[in-house]
Amino acid sequence: MTYRARHLLGIEPLHPVEIATLLDLADTYVDLNRQAVKQSDALKGLTQINMFFEASTRTQASFELAGKRLGADVMNMAMQASSIKKGETLIDTALTLNAMHPDLLVVRHPHSGAVDLLAQKVNCAVLNAGDGRHEHPTQALLDALTIRRAKGRLHRLNIAICGDIAHSRVARSNILLLGKMENRVRLIGPPTLMPSEVRDLGVEVYDDMREGLTGCDVVMMLRLQKERMDGGFIPSEREYYHRYGLDPEKLAFAKDDAIVMHPGPMNRGVEIDGILADDINRSVIQEQVEMGVAVRMAAMDLLARNLAAARQEGAA
Amino acid sequence: MTTLFANAKLVDPVTDSTTEGWLLAQEGRIAATGTGAPPKAPAGSTVIDCTGACLAPGIVDLGVKVGEPGERHKESFKTAGKAAAAGGVTTMVIRPDTLTPIDSPETLEFVMRRGTETTPVHIAAMATLTRSRAGREMSEIGFLKDAGAVAFTDGDHVLTDPRVLARCFTYARSLGALVIGHVQDPGLSGGGCITSGKFATLRGLPGVPPMAERLGLERDLALVEMTGARYHADQITTSVALPALRRAKDAGLDVTAGISIHHLTLNTLDIGDYRTFFKVKPPLRHEEDRLEMVSALREGLIDILCSMHTPQDEESKRLPFEEAAAGAVGLETLLPAALRLFHSGDLTLPALFRAMAMNPAKRLGLDAGTLTLGAPADLVLFDPHAPFVLDRFKLHSKSKNTPFDGARMQGRVRGTWVAGLRVFE
Repeated sequence: MTYRARHLLGIEPLHPVEIATLLDLADTYVDLNRQAVKQSDALKGLTQINMFFEASTRTQASFELAGKRLGADVMNMAMQASSIKKGETLIDTALTLNAMHPDLLVVRHPHSGAVDLLAQKVNCAVLNAGDGRHEHPTQALLDALTIRRAKGRLHRLNIAICGDIAHSRVARSNILLLGKMENRVRLIGPPTLMPSEVRDLGVEVYDDMREGLTGCDVVMMLRLQKERMDGGFIPSEREYYHRYGLDPEKLAFAKDDAIVMHPGPMNRGVEIDGILADDINRSVIQEQVEMGVAVRMAAMDLLARNLAAARQEGAA
Repeated sequence: MTTLFANAKLVDPVTDSTTEGWLLAQEGRIAATGTGAPPKAPAGSTVIDCTGACLAPGIVDLGVKVGEPGERHKESFKTAGKAAAAGGVTTMVIRPDTLTPIDSPETLEFVMRRGTETTPVHIAAMATLTRSRAGREMSEIGFLKDAGAVAFTDGDHVLTDPRVLARCFTYARSLGALVIGHVQDPGLSGGGCITSGKFATLRGLPGVPPMAERLGLERDLALVEMTGARYHADQITTSVALPALRRAKDAGLDVTAGISIHHLTLNTLDIGDYRTFFKVKPPLRHEEDRLEMVSALREGLIDILCSMHTPQDEESKRLPFEEAAAGAVGLETLLPAALRLFHSGDLTLPALFRAMAMNPAKRLGLDAGTLTLGAPADLVLFDPHAPFVLDRFKLHSKSKNTPFDGARMQGRVRGTWVAGLRVFE
């Protein structure tokens, strides 16, 4: 086996071979998920806790379903409602949970690096389900699987990531993953929504949508995160849609067979045209959701195997 | 009490020289110095054989935060005093950003009394520029100055209303009081906790553009030009701010600038995987900036090197990076860390002590910081080559938040003398 990490905290430490291993295993889970009986016992007897310090419906449901299909006992904790309000620190929360002997901990937190911090304090495998603006590794992996299945390969593709890059952990994880797999990544968006010195990450930056989309194989739209905006990054939603919203006219600049992706939830009419989002010939947005479950099953399966190996070593 | 220091390397920032020689301390003052072999020691005196070690004026550390009043669990005068003596710091210049802040003569008197009673080193205290550091009404600058305040600063609370700041400057100038500014434009740096750039982007942390420092400095300097105030910028850490500082000095404004040892020896990449002990304010900068700051200190554009000693307990640091408290302890690590710049060939020993002892004493009007005849016998004896690995739990400070934990360092203090009395060995 070529994936040995204890946690999945980000794409940054992963080797291309590890990424390929994860995606290969995920492919088999896509097949399983399409069967009438979608059960495996890879995580049988293990406990998975989903700890979400930030509201989430889709990612949490995806992780929950992935765990249940693999036979784990899954518990959801909505942390924004509970102990944080009582003043408990992140580390105390981690220690409390650790005492319950979970095997897999799925964590989302509004602060960058918080999941790393938590992972240092627990004995189980930790999966980052999104930390601040830092990383969202399973999203990048599911995007990669979607691209690989739609395009037949995951290298030498022209991939555009469009929109609010600055506040997006999805963009960071995708830039890292697609770069590691040797693709040409372009970032398109207003300069106020670009992170500083992002060119140093080996990407091309465009502020004109048509120019940036020219010749692209994949168009990845990001959600305009209104809740993250503390003011004045763009003049108005309608001007944003006019200049950066994906519609058939702008998409025509990309390759004829270019696919359209979106991590969801979509703001129809803000960053993407509603009809385009539903166009089954171009949009793979539904596939992304399907791949999400498979990728998370694969990641948890591999981490559980590594955990078992580490425990055996510890016992020996 | 008479002490003869024999066979020492005398580090003298005034003459900018390091010479083999001896020094005689008598009745708390430097009574005689000379080169070569020492004279016969006067009867009843202690003789210290300093072979292999350097004798320098004790460090005057501008901007030490002690947790009294309000946060004694982080640092008390007793522990800070021990840390200072162990670090070769003979004068602690106390910051007023305590809880409650030092903004009244009564609080100042408390701090001076506590400091003098419980620490073996000299205490000088600063007071706030505005009441409660709120940036609205000025503190009783006159009373506070009479009570002994050596400078006025709101610490890292930047005064946002230029009209209030101009009045504070004007009033302070009439009393000849020194004002210390924290030069970060609060708008541009708002919400940030790391210097913007590739590393900030990778870590997904909100960045502070270096230009925020220039913006803050330019505004303060414009008001200094308008009012004629005596002004010191607490920390200049980015190269974009240097031209403004140079211009002000060339124009003859009464302006000086400082830097913390952390900005001079560490850079933003040291933060690594969200290590909160490396979170300071302003944030650590890029390596290019650090190198430029070293040059600026060497040529004297930046005048003062300090520890920016900021104790924080474990709880306030064991948090996600954005939420963690900023600041690092430095009283005990200032000298060994500064010696890194000596060992790397960037700065000479006299240049280091010019920035750590002579300049801060001169700027604050304190009788300290030199080896001149008649100066107080505030001295530090150190072996610049002695290697050690720093263990944060061996620090004397109550808080152990040092970025140098586990670092290999070179340079140990052998002894510290305050007014001729040995306070550390």
